Amino acid sequence: MSTAQADPVAKAMRSFIGDIGPTIALALESCMHCGQCAEACQYYVQTGDARYTPIHKIEPLKQVYHREVGPFAFAYKFFGMAPKLTTEKLTEWQDLIYDSCNMCGRCSLICPMGIDIADLVEQTRHGMYEAGLAPADFLGVLAEKEHASGSPFGLTSTQFQDLLHDIGRKYGVVMHVDERQADIVPTVSSIDVKTYPGSMAAIAKILNHIGAPWSFRTDGFDADNVSLTAGDRAGQNVITQSIVKAAIACGAKTLVMPECGHSFTEMRWEAANTYGKDLPFRVVQITELIAENISSGNIRVNQITQNATYHDACQLSRRGGATAAPRVILAALGVTLHEMEDAGDANWCCGGGGGTALIKRAQPLRDKAFAIKQKQVEATGADVIYTSCSGCRQTLDHGGKSAGWNKTVGSLLELVADNLIPRARSDLSEIKPQIIPMPGNAPMPVAE
Amino acid sequence: MTLLAFARGPALQAATLIMIAGMFWRLAGILLLRRRPAHAAARHSLLVRLSGGARTIITRTIPRRNFWPRVATGVSMSYVMHIGLFVILFAGAPHILVFHQITGLSWPNLPKGVIVIASALTLAALVALLVRRLNNPVLRLLSNVDDYLSWLLVFLPITTGILLSGETVAGYGTLLALHILSVEVLMIWLPFGKLMHVALVFAGRGVIGFNFARKGAAT
Repeated sequence: MSTAQADPVAKAMRSFIGDIGPTIALALESCMHCGQCAEACQYYVQTGDARYTPIHKIEPLKQVYHREVGPFAFAYKFFGMAPKLTTEKLTEWQDLIYDSCNMCGRCSLICPMGIDIADLVEQTRHGMYEAGLAPADFLGVLAEKEHASGSPFGLTSTQFQDLLHDIGRKYGVVMHVDERQADIVPTVSSIDVKTYPGSMAAIAKILNHIGAPWSFRTDGFDADNVSLTAGDRAGQNVITQSIVKAAIACGAKTLVMPECGHSFTEMRWEAANTYGKDLPFRVVQITELIAENISSGNIRVNQITQNATYHDACQLSRRGGATAAPRVILAALGVTLHEMEDAGDANWCCGGGGGTALIKRAQPLRDKAFAIKQKQVEATGADVIYTSCSGCRQTLDHGGKSAGWNKTVGSLLELVADNLIPRARSDLSEIKPQIIPMPGNAPMPVAE
Repeated sequence: MTLLAFARGPALQAATLIMIAGMFWRLAGILLLRRRPAHAAARHSLLVRLSGGARTIITRTIPRRNFWPRVATGVSMSYVMHIGLFVILFAGAPHILVFHQITGLSWPNLPKGVIVIASALTLAALVALLVRRLNNPVLRLLSNVDDYLSWLLVFLPITTGILLSGETVAGYGTLLALHILSVEVLMIWLPFGKLMHVALVFAGRGVIGFNFARKGAAT
């Protein structure tokens, strides 16, 4: 459990009621019970279990809305049409709201009434977390650690700084850390830190190539935001504020999100609301930054011969609006792209989204969800699967191993870094020299 | 006062008042909740976002081709029912006459035979939708009293309308009164249950279209 709870129902109700504004109310009033959302959900499609119908998963939120907030709340109470929320009900819904929802948003895309069900799931998770019902193994534990330390794995600023310099040495790339001034500030995902450190070298290599002043910040670096998927708003706030403050401290004009879907959702679409005003910098995902620089001619890449497919991370494409960028990059690389059925905006989740990859008991369900992706990947005949989300990459890696694939799963970011065409000497003269701080540079304190 | 006079007079006035006041109350209850400003920088201008909202009101009418194979049956039944209702309501001569009396506007009607066929198809689609709701595990799970009551309140005006056109089971005056009363009961229930989707469908689609156009995402 996330925290010991004195009155979990009251806490959940307070959270639900606090989240409800006109958009959520409209969504909760609109459902016609047509059931189309079930047909877009991979958990229902793969199991045929009606409980996995997306709109059914948010029933506790709906119940509280009708009983306490809606325009006919008095009638719902009087006629007993919306019973009081109970601990039993919340507990019963735990697996529906966490284990069997990757927040992919396909249900939101199909709903004929325009209900953003994935958003309702996020709000419902807030209440579940407050009630202490985030699955402890591992999602809740990692969220708690992130809340307390700023990183789900408890990585300190000093450790991160050392790690960056180690990576710099290992991959032979210049690392910029805690610069006083930086136009571009990249962030990382804890999955990259633990599993794919090469992606941090790739970011550095590409930013060095772009040539604008840039710097990692040890006072706000881990954009993973497990808290968002767990439903811990306070933890989400800690992560968001530390990154925003760090970027502001060095005068950043662009904050770059790593290959991570939900961190993009948080920083691109929710952070400004958490911060309470417009952010003084723009937020882009690394794929978008690369695509921009390819389009402007600032990045040129080698032509490679590969039969590849691309897996869209739901939070980047359908939920984030960054569907085109990876395809610009793959086209520039000359990759023969074999798109999967439903690729792009209607893609299927890899099976590990929305924090489900961090719920141990959800493994059997996750495998069923992955089976759709497996079938679609195999149907393309591609040798390599690229993606721009390290969470998806990890799920595809693990799933592929279980399935005995002879296919490689790769990072689009790393592919670009490996195929950069160095600038001509005349171009290099236009780049300002960078001051690279020594490892002993005093780290900024982690945000409160 | 005869039953017909009651249906045409005080009952109609009361039903109209309850429907309008109920719809207003429900919409106000949604719209007057505290709104939080969206600070994230939009990918597109306000005009593009507004057009995204307007476009989505149209495009969500038909599911995307990716989804179509799995939802074709239910959506098709639903469309037969909705189009049938539209034809009966706006192309049937007696209804056009009522609209003319209220608004002064008039338009050509379809032949009675076409309206009878439309009514039969609508009724058949309604029955099929009910059978589906009772047999499909997802729909059974989601359904509540509102679903079945709303179904009944749509079923009754169509049935009484068919009976009225044939004048078989009772006299014209009685059947007309029952038909009008069945419509009035539907009007009274409309703001309180799922039938409110006649208004909410535009708001819901418009809002998601606007919000996703803001992100530059598919609407």
